[in-house]
Amino acid sequence: MTSILCPEIPKPGFSFDNCQRNATLESKGFAVPKATKTGTTIVGIIYKDGVILGADTRATEDTTVADKNCEKIHFLAPNMYCCGAGTAADTEMTTQMISSKLELHRLFTNRVVRVCTANQMLKQYLFGYQGYIGAALILGGVDSTGPHLYSIYPHGSTDKLPYTTMGSGSLAAMAIFESRWKPDLTEEEGIQLIRDAIAAGIFNDLGSGSNVDVCVIRKGSVDYKRTYDEANKKGVRQASYRYPRGTTKVLDTKVFTVEETVHQLETESMDTA
Amino acid sequence: MSLSMEGIRPHYPDYSNAPMQRHFSPYADNGGSVVAIAGDDFVVIGADTRLSAGFSIYTRDQNKLFPLSKTTVLGCAGCWCDTLTLTRILTSRMQMYQQEHNKTMSTVACAQMLSTMLYYKRFFPYYISNVLVGLDNEGKGCVYSYDPIGHCEKATYKAGGSAGALLQPLLDNQIGLKNMEIIGDSKLTIEKATNIIKDVFISAAERDIYTGDSVIINIITKEGIKDDKFELRKD
Repeated sequence: MTSILCPEIPKPGFSFDNCQRNATLESKGFAVPKATKTGTTIVGIIYKDGVILGADTRATEDTTVADKNCEKIHFLAPNMYCCGAGTAADTEMTTQMISSKLELHRLFTNRVVRVCTANQMLKQYLFGYQGYIGAALILGGVDSTGPHLYSIYPHGSTDKLPYTTMGSGSLAAMAIFESRWKPDLTEEEGIQLIRDAIAAGIFNDLGSGSNVDVCVIRKGSVDYKRTYDEANKKGVRQASYRYPRGTTKVLDTKVFTVEETVHQLETESMDTA
Repeated sequence: MSLSMEGIRPHYPDYSNAPMQRHFSPYADNGGSVVAIAGDDFVVIGADTRLSAGFSIYTRDQNKLFPLSKTTVLGCAGCWCDTLTLTRILTSRMQMYQQEHNKTMSTVACAQMLSTMLYYKRFFPYYISNVLVGLDNEGKGCVYSYDPIGHCEKATYKAGGSAGALLQPLLDNQIGLKNMEIIGDSKLTIEKATNIIKDVFISAAERDIYTGDSVIINIITKEGIKDDKFELRKD
């Protein structure tokens, strides 16, 4: 029974209810709505004491910038974070869902969850949807076996790498890594390398832009540096665009008087029978 | 032994005799925006300097303004190779006119010629949004805007190119003074027009991925064409 007090709980998983209708509409020439794609630069490296992740903050819808300061480094577990590129909704929802599964896993096993577990969960989930979930991820974290970094593709294949890049700015960022990454970088060197790789994406790839976010994961501690670097300063306007009061035309005015009535409720004694 | 497969031919593409269509796209969209504002005795035109394709930048320093005479400037955005061809033909037509009539073509005549040249290519158009500005025969500033196949419209202000749709409403309000009850009686000066062009490009660079790097501004008065440059964000 459905009511306001007791709404019907939908079945778990995706709803495919409208698929047939949408296919019919599409075949009749009805335009399909477009999803927000985060034409992105996301990167990750392993350094001396752990993992560092980096991301730009631009989200695009075709050729316009949809969000100038979005978050692309998602929380998975206290020892694990995940950068997302591709369809914005898919990266967001996939990481949220895996994050909740990892927490249940941690409570069930009573151990800090290992990064390879998160990798396995993500790749199995994405493979199940055959690439229709457009999430390209960089998973990084530190567990009992040390630091780990994975890149996960939308179709479910994964790579375990010491340094990796993804998104439309991946080539620009990888150029920086290929020339300057080496094993056992210090934290300071590592962060600088990440910043430079993201900046390369921001400036040379039109799908990436705005600021640099950095997330450092060490054994037992995390340092999430939101807006680590503002790569671009917004231009300063020459003129003022303040409108004087009354610029907007008032077409019609109606005044309603609200009548208030106060009902006094009598106190009822508790039933103690 | 024959099974139920008999009579069903598998569709191997190698053996198909059906006609095949090959596809080739002769156009590229190299982006860029052009904004022009005309005043009583001047006209200001600005174009960004980013040349790009897809998600990559070809150059951050490409001038998209073409002075055709001492009083006429053309701003182009769209397919860059078409721009190069069109402006090359346009300048040679200007020269031919000069040599035949022993005088420089007026802005108004140039505007008409551009329309004709675009319509000449009606069924294989130049993929450019053109904005032509200059001083008319009375010395008044004027702006002509075109669609890719030669429709010409005279205006006092116009935004074209990749951020054209983004900027036109802003100009409608600030220059056209549309949708306002209180309108100040300040006259449009060169400084005000230039400042608004700079400001709208700052806004365009925020939201349009094909607009950025810098703006080149040409200010046309009866004294001639003056250049100005302004930096934009580079991401």
